[in-house]
Amino acid sequence: MKWLFLSSGLFLGWSLGANDAANVFGTAVGTKMVRFQTAALVAGVFVVLGSVAGVSGAAGTLGKLGAVDALPGAFVVALAAGLAVVGLLKATGLPVSTTQAIVGALVGYNLFTGRPTDPAVLTRIVSSWLLCPALSAGLAAGLFLLARRWMPRAKIHLLEVDAWTRAGLLVVGGFGAYSLGQNNIANVMGVFLRVSPFPESVSLGPFRVTSAEMLFLSGGLAIASGVATYSQRVMKKLGSGLAALSPLAALVVVLTAATVLFAFGSPGVERALKGLGLPTLPLVPVSSSQAVVGAIVGISLVRKSPVKGKTLLRIAAGWVTAPAAAALLALLGLFVLQNVFLLPVSGAGTPGTPLHRSEARR
Amino acid sequence: MTLLFGRTRALEAQIDQLLDAISEGCLVFEQGIADYLRPDPEQFEKRLAAIGEYEHKADELRREIETRLYRESLIPDHRGDVLGLLENIDNVIDEAKKTLWQFAVERPEIPAELGPGYLDLARAGTQAAQHLVSAVRAFFRDITIVPDHIHKVYFYEREADKLADRLKRRIFSMDVGLARQIHLRYFCLHVENISDRAEDVADRLSIYTIKRTI
Repeated sequence: MKWLFLSSGLFLGWSLGANDAANVFGTAVGTKMVRFQTAALVAGVFVVLGSVAGVSGAAGTLGKLGAVDALPGAFVVALAAGLAVVGLLKATGLPVSTTQAIVGALVGYNLFTGRPTDPAVLTRIVSSWLLCPALSAGLAAGLFLLARRWMPRAKIHLLEVDAWTRAGLLVVGGFGAYSLGQNNIANVMGVFLRVSPFPESVSLGPFRVTSAEMLFLSGGLAIASGVATYSQRVMKKLGSGLAALSPLAALVVVLTAATVLFAFGSPGVERALKGLGLPTLPLVPVSSSQAVVGAIVGISLVRKSPVKGKTLLRIAAGWVTAPAAAALLALLGLFVLQNVFLLPVSGAGTPGTPLHRSEARR
Repeated sequence: MTLLFGRTRALEAQIDQLLDAISEGCLVFEQGIADYLRPDPEQFEKRLAAIGEYEHKADELRREIETRLYRESLIPDHRGDVLGLLENIDNVIDEAKKTLWQFAVERPEIPAELGPGYLDLARAGTQAAQHLVSAVRAFFRDITIVPDHIHKVYFYEREADKLADRLKRRIFSMDVGLARQIHLRYFCLHVENISDRAEDVADRLSIYTIKRTI
């Protein structure tokens, strides 16, 4: 039964791969600079590495928003978020945010169980949904301006520019996939952390693998399977659907998204900014779709080229619909599970208990 | 580095070889016209064979480059422009070869006093072609200097127009009979076509350059 409940988390991971991970390589595949198979392989490998090896500060914030302390409850929260993402993805073919869906589902969980939702944490997360695309747009515009000014002076052969751009897309895309795994794995597996069906630890020769690591590895693999099986449509849509992009612009988009995802998930970046006396970014799970869309809009503004307003509005509408739909689905699912299947959806845990290993360490 | 750029460098070399073939072919064309006017039939025949080889080499290289650009999905955003550029610059050497062959086949009797006029016209066409080749090389490597070469192509094309006009007026002021006048004008038009083809490619290149800088 425990494993059945975990399936919803794997499903959410799969939807994250099909959707959010697709964003990382979307522009590269859409501009035909990187083959889908290559992109899927690199994204899959690095998203798993990021999920397992990355230490994210973003997960703690999500833990503060809602602590799911019963496996059936975690099952519903993950399932509601996954269904909201896949439903919108299937209906529109546009990038939807898994991060927003899981936040919506957690708010739904809090509403159902009568636990308070910390308004400060919720505000921090929601404000990041505005900050993330705005920061991406600014960073992408700056990087694109720099690249456009530097390129003619560098006197590099057109074919070499092409080769460098391809290599850059793969390297930066790998970094983006790693950042995504690091920043977003908590969305997928965070709710299962305290109710993990895996044994506490397993010895593999000289290595000891903890329950959390096995959980994150399975989540990472689920994300990778989502990339491999269902992300092609979103990738093609992103590369050409919102605005016509050149390969150089695609590289800037991927670099921006990777940097922004990394910055929002890295305690190291937070410490560095603090050390320099600069304002810090909130450590929250942010959406790769928002980062990518923000970057595309930023470049389009610099190029003074038209952005397809209708598509942009549909994407932005998805950012509101996804958390709302996930919250509603979570409420409905929790009601059914508790009243029809008579399963406990919450334990005796205290709201606000840390969910993630990094949070636990602090 | 070799792994990353090995294939790219080979393709770059092929593009350079194609441009070399076109440039040298056009120089051979000018020498061929000079040999015909001198007259030096033996040298002329050698130039005829040489321009055929250059044209054939350029055709083969162009086909190989086009195939590789598509097969390896290179420069997706500029592939159409580059293919258009290579196809059209190839027309310049095709025109040069065709004109030289027409001299060989029809053997026009050019009055000695018109010889310098034909030679100047051939030189203007060759100059336009040489600057065009430099402009295309710059398009691949240093886009900032493309306009410097393009304006020279336009300059030599205008020069060729003026020279051709002067030559045609002289032809039709001569007492050689209408049939010969038309024959001589026909060759004047053909030699003039070299600079016109160069101008066509320069027009395209101007647009492609703007597209690359946006």
